[in-house]
Order: sequence, then structure tokens, then C-alpha cells
Amino acid sequence: MTPAQDRLHFVALDVTTDDRDELVALLKAWTDAAARMTEGGSAGPVGAVDGPGNAPPDDTGEALDLPPSRLTITFGFGPGLFVDADGNDRFGIAARRPAALEQLPRFSADVLEPARSDGDICIQACADDPQVAVHAIRNLVRIGFGTTAVRWSQLGFGRTSTTSTSQTTPRNLFGFKDGTANIKAEETEALEQHVWVGAEDDPRAAWLTGGSYLVTRRINMTIEVWDRQSLESQEQFVGRTKGTGAPLSGGEEMSEPDFEMKGSSGPIIPVDSHVRVVHPHTNGGVRILRRGYNFVDGSNDVGGLDAGLFFIAYLRDPRTHFIPLQRAMSKSDALMEYLRFTGQALFAVPPGVGKGEYVGQALFDA
Amino acid sequence: MRKTLLASVAALAVVPTLAACTENASSGDDRQGGDARALSVGSSADACELSATTAPAGTLSFEVTNTGSDVTEFYLLGSDGLRIVGEVENIGPNLTKLLTVNVPQGDYFTACKPGMVGEGIRAAFTVTHSEEEQEVSASDQELIDQAQANYRAYVQDQSAQLLEKTEQFVQLYADGKDDRARALYPVAREHWERIETVAESFGDLDPKTDAREADVDFAAGEKWTGWHRIEKDLWPQDAKGYTALTPAERATYAEDLRANVTELDQRIQATGADALTYPIDAIANGSIGLLEEVANGKITGEEEAWSHTDLWDFQANVDGARVAYEGVQGLLEAKDPELATELTGKFDALQALLDEYRDGDGFVLYTALSPADTKKLTDAVNALSEPLSQLTAAVTS
Repeated sequence: MTPAQDRLHFVALDVTTDDRDELVALLKAWTDAAARMTEGGSAGPVGAVDGPGNAPPDDTGEALDLPPSRLTITFGFGPGLFVDADGNDRFGIAARRPAALEQLPRFSADVLEPARSDGDICIQACADDPQVAVHAIRNLVRIGFGTTAVRWSQLGFGRTSTTSTSQTTPRNLFGFKDGTANIKAEETEALEQHVWVGAEDDPRAAWLTGGSYLVTRRINMTIEVWDRQSLESQEQFVGRTKGTGAPLSGGEEMSEPDFEMKGSSGPIIPVDSHVRVVHPHTNGGVRILRRGYNFVDGSNDVGGLDAGLFFIAYLRDPRTHFIPLQRAMSKSDALMEYLRFTGQALFAVPPGVGKGEYVGQALFDA
Repeated sequence: MRKTLLASVAALAVVPTLAACTENASSGDDRQGGDARALSVGSSADACELSATTAPAGTLSFEVTNTGSDVTEFYLLGSDGLRIVGEVENIGPNLTKLLTVNVPQGDYFTACKPGMVGEGIRAAFTVTHSEEEQEVSASDQELIDQAQANYRAYVQDQSAQLLEKTEQFVQLYADGKDDRARALYPVAREHWERIETVAESFGDLDPKTDAREADVDFAAGEKWTGWHRIEKDLWPQDAKGYTALTPAERATYAEDLRANVTELDQRIQATGADALTYPIDAIANGSIGLLEEVANGKITGEEEAWSHTDLWDFQANVDGARVAYEGVQGLLEAKDPELATELTGKFDALQALLDEYRDGDGFVLYTALSPADTKKLTDAVNALSEPLSQLTAAVTS
């Protein structure tokens, strides 16, 4: 697992073909292109400037001269790849659809936009240079034309989570450290328990063993309104100090919150503070691996920042590790007053490909 | 903002009448060491160590660090050892908070209260004469008392009118007199919107009464009741495939709303030990919070998704914010006259703009607003909300 990079380009695609062979051919082409690009190479075998002058190059060129920038590319499969809206088996893989891979429910106060939600396939490109991430998505989308079409895409900057003990905790656009209690790469046992799909988890979906589920939520923050909250109110909403990120029960950033500690009126960490509502302690020990990013997509119609957090989490089963957590948050998190959920999606991410394999091979091989 | 009010209402008994303090957490210690008005306090299990026991009159800041293992509080008390001049509470172990308070010449006590119990660890503290000393006006307390009494009377009056009009509204609705019910709907709701921040502080009543359809998690089995449930039934035009409620269902929702508004009114009119009090910071936060309601719901047309009577709510939020502001205006003029002038001007500007959208006794529908209209209104709300967000700190400093 690579420590989270600083930049993201994420795309969700709809599969437009009904030909299984075309789809498999695309997955093979994507696997080759992704392998070349993560090594700092071009998308196509020829490259941006080495082909014939009378044809468009097989690489778009904007990553020329740039280092690989720790580019990683992750593919995932959405529920719609297996069965269409009418329940038809699209590519003969319906019987292998994991039971947990269903369209996520709408949560209270969600204002989901269909054009920012769901998708048959996702591709996540992370890199330390935004141009490298964009280059990867742009070229993979290009390779897919005719077989897939873009449903939505999202740029992100400033990882909002620490995924390794070697990283310091970055800040989200509320100005608070975010992802303090994230699962770290070094926590092998926690990863086994909460992130990777186990061999016994789903008899229909052996192909997903060692993979994971990926949840995205596009979380707009009402930035202008938030900025007018007093410092003390902000800290009460989050349950941590804004400066060090220590829980309001004291200590340092990494100190365990003490939810029992009494303050002058009720617990010193308020019961509706974010840290309490989503803490494993309050949620049956459930933990998730977050790899979210801040985003700013310019401004909206009335001059407010169209900005927030593009939440990305990897987890073992959305039914136990995401839906209850989001439901608790939607119901009682003080931060909800300043959040608007504008998009969401769920994908199953197969384990990493072995040499000579293509992405999703175990799913499509008979 | 909801949280702040909740805390204020819940913590009424412990808020001093003269809340002459500002609490702020301080993250880094980069302040100048040479300032005689900047003091540091170390609060441990058995000691309360101040960097100095005397300071010149003026705005003093105490940076209180909890070096113990229990939650602590710090107080600056009058010479009688009872009157709270300033306080900062809920300081967790190893955390630091800042108390800023304006203190005239005189004798005082400092107190750290590790574990938040007992009299605390006390010591004498002396404030010496200084040119910077601000007269703490004897009339401040009068202004505060007056503001609290006036605001209580306003909230109680609005609540009584809300109940009266709600009773009429639900009766019309239950009787199937839909035209008259539709006409009364935005008028009755004005009284709710004027005191929305108080109503919202009753966490249980607010969702039952004022939840929008989008706020309800139907998948989790939540039920939708209140104003907006009835609103949808009265304005079903935009609701695709909507099934009208039966007379029996109408009666149920009508009675439910009536009962909840009655309970709200009872809590607001309560006397004796159950009486609500309105500390000065709660009044100021109420003003800020009502403008936040405008920015979060009304300006977007999300509040009245079916009737599109959002501008009635908008006006009522502004009414309530203005009343709360004017309640503390005298105090603000004594402490920060420039801010008072700015806020008065911005309230006037917003009102003038809103008046352009009047239509008969009410307003045009939200759906009649162009994107340019919405932008202008948003700009005016931002122009007021940004300086208004300083109100609480200004009147309690």
C-alpha cells in the first residue's frame, strides 16, 4: 500500500458496449497502459512524439519530462457492471456479483446528483503531481471510447488522510486535521480485519478475495457559513482542538479520546461531535481506511466555493463498515449543518494484478 | 451554530449574569513575553501558578494550560470571591485555552478548579491603575438586564402568536379548506422562523416540527411529520406521482403539529425553575444563527420546496436577527461603536433589497427569482453575516 499521494483524478465510467469480448479487451488494454504509465512511460506503446506525423500520437504528451510522481492507478467495478437497471445479466458475470455490491442507499440530508453518482467502472489515479494523475485518466478514458463513456470525474488535492505512520496528518478545508484515527499501512492486523475482503466473506465472489470495497462521497462544505463559526464552536463540532488536533479530553493528537470525561455541562467531548459519532468506540469497533482528498471546483452560482472533501474509503464490507457509520453521521453529527453530500458511489476493487494478468481477470475467467 | 445555542440554553444555571469574557483556545505560544497584561496560568492537581499576581488595568489575557490530569477551569473573581469577572472552562489535560477579559483597577482572586469541584485553588490578584483603563460603565448591567428581559418578551410573544396561528392553520387543513390553509401557511411560519434558533435548541421538537423531506432517512425507518409534510400535501403540483393524504391522515398530521407547537410554547412560556433565560451571548448567537439559517436554507430555496414561500421565512429570519441585534445594540455601541454602525447599515441594506421582492402582503415566490436575484440576495446576506459573526465576541468582551 502506497502512502497516500497528494493529488487525485478519479473517474467513473459507464460501459456502453454489450459485448463481453470488447469489455475484456479494454480491460487488457487498460492494464497495459496503466503499467506503462506508472513506470513513467507513455499510455500507448509508441509515445507522444515517436509515431508517424500523419496520425494522432498514442499518448497525449502532457506528462513528458515529468517523473512518475508515485502514480498509482486503481480500477473498481460498480454494481451496474453486473446487472443493468432491469436486472439483466450484462456480461455473464451476474452470478459473481458480491452480495454487498449494491447501489448505496440515500442518506438523510443527501442532495445527490445523478451526474456525480454511481458508475459501472471507476479508475482512481493518485500522484504527487496533478498533471501526472490527469494524464493517466485522460489517456485511459481515451482508450475506452466506444466501450466506455465518462459518467463523472473528480479532481482532488491535498490528501486528507494519513495512511502511514510516516506521514503527518494533513488538514481538510474546515482547517482541522483529518484522518487522525485512520488505519495505517503498518497496521497489518487491522487491514486484514477491516479493509481486505476475506476468502470466506462471500462464496459468490471469490475473485474479490484480497481486494476491497471503495466508497466515494462528494462532500461539499458550506465554507462561507463555517468560516463564521467561533473557534470554540468549531472545536465543539469536531471534538478536537483546531491547533494540535488533540481530542477535547486532552493530550496530544494521537491521544485516545475520553468520551466519559465530564465537562461543565455534559461530556467534555460533546455527544454530537464528529469524533465521537464516527469513532470506532461508538460503532462496534468498526474502522475504515480513508484516502480522501480536498477539492475546489471553482465557485457556485452565488459566488460560494464549490469545495469540500472527496471522501474515499476502502473497507471490507459496506454493509458493516460504511452504511451504519454514514447513517449515524447523517443522523447526529454536528458537522452535518455544514455539509452537503452531492455524490456517492460504491465499487468492488479486485486485488492487484499478477504478472501477465489483466485487471479483473479472476472475475471474467470462466 | 445550533450547538452553541444548545449549550447556552442547557448551561443557563452556570452562566454568570455578566458574561464578561471571551474564551479562545490558543494553539501556539507565540505571544510577546514583555506584555504585563499577558499572563500565563499553569493549573495542576494541587497548584495554580500565575506568571504574575498583579497586572495593570485594561484588557488582560490569561493563557491557561492544564498540567494536571483532570479537566480544569480558571476564574477571575471579584474581591468578594463570588462575582465572576471572567472564566474559562472545559480545559482538558495538556490543553491550553485563552481568557481575555477587560478588568478595571481593584482587588481580585484567581482560582483554578481542577476536577471542576469545590472552591478551587485561590490566590489574591491585584489590578493597578493604568491610563488604558476603560470605564466599566455601571449602566452595562442595566443594558444587559434590559436586553435579556426584552428578548424573553419577544420570544414569548412570537411563540404565543405561532401557537394561535398554527391552531388555525391545522384546523383549516384538517377541514379541507385548502385555499385558506395555503394562505395562512407562510404567515404562521413567520413566527417560527423569527425564533427558530430558540426552537431548534429543543433538539427533539425541531425535527418533529420542521424537518424537510430531504432531512428524513426513510430507509432507516424515520417518519416525516410537521410543517413541511403538510406543505407537500397542500402544494402537490411539483411532486411526481404524489398520493394525497386521506382525511384521517390529515387529521393525524394536523394534531401532531398542533401538539408539538403547543409543547414548544409551554417550554418557552415556562416560569420558575423551568424558565428559559437568555444570556447575552445566547442573544447575540441567536442573531448570528438566524442569518446562518438564511444562508443555509432560504437563499437556496430548499426550505419551502413545495410552496416556494422561502422569502417569507427569509424576512422572518432577518426580523428575528434584527430584534436580537437591537437588543444588544446599546451594549455594542459602548464597546465597539464602529461595528454597531456597520451592522446597522448592513441590516438596512439587506432589508431594502428584500423589500424589492414584496408582493401584496407577502413576497414573490422563490421560483420567480432569477439567478441574478439570488446572487444579489446572497451577496447582501454575506455582507451582513461576516461582520455579524463578530457580535458575540464584541458584546461579551
